[in-house]
Amino acid sequence: MKTKNGRKKVLENPPQTIQIKIQRREKPDAASYWETFEISYRRNLNVISALMEIRKNPVTKEGKKTTPPVWDMSCLEQVCGICTMVINGRVRQACSALIDDLILDTGSNVITLQPMSKFPNVRDLKVDRSRMFEHLKRVKAWIELDGTHDLGPGPRISNEEALERYAYSRCMTCGCCLEACPQYHDDNYIGPQAIAQARLFNMHPTGKMNMKERLEGLMGDDGITNCGNAQNCVKVCPKNIPLTKAIYETNRDITLNVLLGWLKK
Amino acid sequence: MAVSKKMKIVVVGGGLAGLSATMKIAEAGYDVDLISVVPVKRSHSVCAQGGINGAVNTKGEGDSPWKHFDDTVYGGDFLADQPPVKRMCEMAPQIIYLFDRMGVPFSRTKEGLIDFRRFGGTLHHRTAYAGASTGQQLLYALDEQVRKYEVAGKVTKYEGWEMLSLVLDSHQVCRGVVAMNLQTLELKAFPADAVIMATGGPGLIFGKSTNSQTCTGSAASACYQQGAKYANGEFIQVHPTAIPGEDKLRLMSESARGEGGRIWVPRKKGDRRDPRDIPESERWYFLEEKYPAYGNLVPRDIATREIFQVCLDGYGVNGENQVYLDLTHIPAETLNRKLGAILEIYEMFVGDDPRYVPMRIFPGVHYSMGGLWVDYEQRTNIPGLLAAGECDFSIHGANRLGANSLLSCVYGGFVAAASAVEYAKNVERKETETNGIYDAEIRRQQEINERIIKSEGPENQYKIHEELGKWMTENVTVIRYNDRLKATDEKILELMDRFKRISINDSNLWATQALPHARQLWNMLELARVITLGALNRNESRGAHYKPEFPERNDEEWLKTTIAEWSAEGPVFSYIPVDVSLIPPRKRDYSKPKDK
Repeated sequence: MKTKNGRKKVLENPPQTIQIKIQRREKPDAASYWETFEISYRRNLNVISALMEIRKNPVTKEGKKTTPPVWDMSCLEQVCGICTMVINGRVRQACSALIDDLILDTGSNVITLQPMSKFPNVRDLKVDRSRMFEHLKRVKAWIELDGTHDLGPGPRISNEEALERYAYSRCMTCGCCLEACPQYHDDNYIGPQAIAQARLFNMHPTGKMNMKERLEGLMGDDGITNCGNAQNCVKVCPKNIPLTKAIYETNRDITLNVLLGWLKK
Repeated sequence: MAVSKKMKIVVVGGGLAGLSATMKIAEAGYDVDLISVVPVKRSHSVCAQGGINGAVNTKGEGDSPWKHFDDTVYGGDFLADQPPVKRMCEMAPQIIYLFDRMGVPFSRTKEGLIDFRRFGGTLHHRTAYAGASTGQQLLYALDEQVRKYEVAGKVTKYEGWEMLSLVLDSHQVCRGVVAMNLQTLELKAFPADAVIMATGGPGLIFGKSTNSQTCTGSAASACYQQGAKYANGEFIQVHPTAIPGEDKLRLMSESARGEGGRIWVPRKKGDRRDPRDIPESERWYFLEEKYPAYGNLVPRDIATREIFQVCLDGYGVNGENQVYLDLTHIPAETLNRKLGAILEIYEMFVGDDPRYVPMRIFPGVHYSMGGLWVDYEQRTNIPGLLAAGECDFSIHGANRLGANSLLSCVYGGFVAAASAVEYAKNVERKETETNGIYDAEIRRQQEINERIIKSEGPENQYKIHEELGKWMTENVTVIRYNDRLKATDEKILELMDRFKRISINDSNLWATQALPHARQLWNMLELARVITLGALNRNESRGAHYKPEFPERNDEEWLKTTIAEWSAEGPVFSYIPVDVSLIPPRKRDYSKPKDK
């Protein structure tokens, strides 16, 4: 939230307290329930520091002693992807969700936190996203090397190409795209993240040599054809990765390869 | 040679060092169990921003690995053992080229070569970079290669497991580790022919730092408590430019200055004008003034002390602990291309747009030069236990140069891999009894868990951690006084006593974070004493360690590596000579170009 002169819009008349309403679950097969916590307002709080405050003394707004909420966190600068959750109904990283901005956004001092809904819920706000790493195996998201011994530099690449690849290479496997995708449920679809990673390697001069295998990984029942072009993924991606472009270009590569008879439909 | 069973190496930690080692071991055909508290792709290496050093000399500046070596040793104030530094600098160009072949989208020159930029403590363009998220990009490249070996069955990942202790046999030889599953709290022994620690730094001992929440130093501390020597613990790097925050201090990369960023404060104390309204003549570019040769790119220890002092003297912006880091004179398009990722971080967390408004920054705890003692082959003093990356003490001496950490992680990982394989192939076990050692270590760890779970005292572990962080930050960072160091050690002892009366406050043990945090906290307290007492003992100033009572470097008495060994009564210190066989020590002076 910025004003025209490059300065941040400041929250005037902040509330005395903020309320954090958390959707909780004790363990994977237990029922979920809500608990609300109240903490004093301070400047510069983000969702993570609010959760840390609650963890220190886990007592609900009603004064009931409870267990500390569990959530994942690591880098706290939106580059590891681990603290992704649903905040006021929108999937994003908790570290970069600033309390002032949330209040400015909704006009309310109540903030709701929910775990991502498309992944197995481990406890409270913690989910298991290991399937996303499995998807990377399916699309062979790596460059095949002759070995790690010294073979000199890699191929020359223009800065434009490097920048195009860099945009895809910033994907932190956070899962926002899958959470927002209307087609994705019960791991039925490999999804934008893996498709974009396939694109990342298909663009590289060496990576191209294995394009066919990568495309094959996207042609099953759960493959690229599941995309319904809702374009939600690109809207929620915290790294602004051109996910729809990756899907479009990968589809184009598949069509071309099928036409040329290099891939079997 | 162990022919009866398959050789297995355990790597603890999946950051740059751990993945480098894992990749090399798997490539050599051996099996790896890779243990990490988080999915390896989320390790702290992702936070490294500016780049990786290597004297590739494609800028026609006459750069060379020897110059890189000299800059590193000089920047480290001559506390590093020199032979491994030289070897690292010689290997650096081929390490960068390997990452290039693995597909890292390094920024490019007009001819499509890898571009290089300047960094602190050197006058050469020696730092390869991928935007301003180089650590993330290098980590991902290794993560991808290791995933390939995972598919091939050479690597088994245990993500969401925390290493608790080493398994030592009756000869004090390392035979594996015990780790805890962070969801089920199951304890499991991982037998191994060799173990490589690659567990990163201990920033969380200082409460808020630029480090990730996983950087507790807990695993390295566990090794120390089981007999591994911990070296140069008192050398903690405080990065000059971080964004103060409630939950952490977010790094603002040195590359901002490498690309021309300037540090300044208003010449007039308490000048509250908008920085953009303060004319050039009324700005004090204190680094450029004091260090004409290196300017804003003096090494971090020096930049940090200068910024700190300027604020102590009352020149901080708005009278607060902050100075300007100004990029507004550089075209926005250039900034987006070269520094986009870090500018996004500033915008995201502070809100102002650094392309048009000078950033407000202050120093923050960033890196530990100290760590587990290793020899030139990355072997600790415990046979079968190796270490690599920030958790080992080698390479950086008393102060690390920017963009040398990514390099030292990869270098250390590569050397440790070869060394671990060599050890595992040739070790003679003779009649050593291993029956029961794994079960016994699991039982010992189980008892510690049970004791903590049962403890029902009035103390709060998070408050103890906060107090530790405050004391350490106030007294054991930029400026150190002996009386305050002594008081800090007494405080740590008080916190250790109070720790015994904590309650974990979580009746639900499934995926609890309270028990792991309590265990990390104890290990942090143990290591905090090593850092504090090491600083108290060292009566000189060298690199990041600065005492106004002893303002000069004193080679006669203190050109020595600090060694701490654990005992029930506290750390026992000894000192060993530094290997300065290649470059004789000379005085650091960054006001003029370095003499050769």
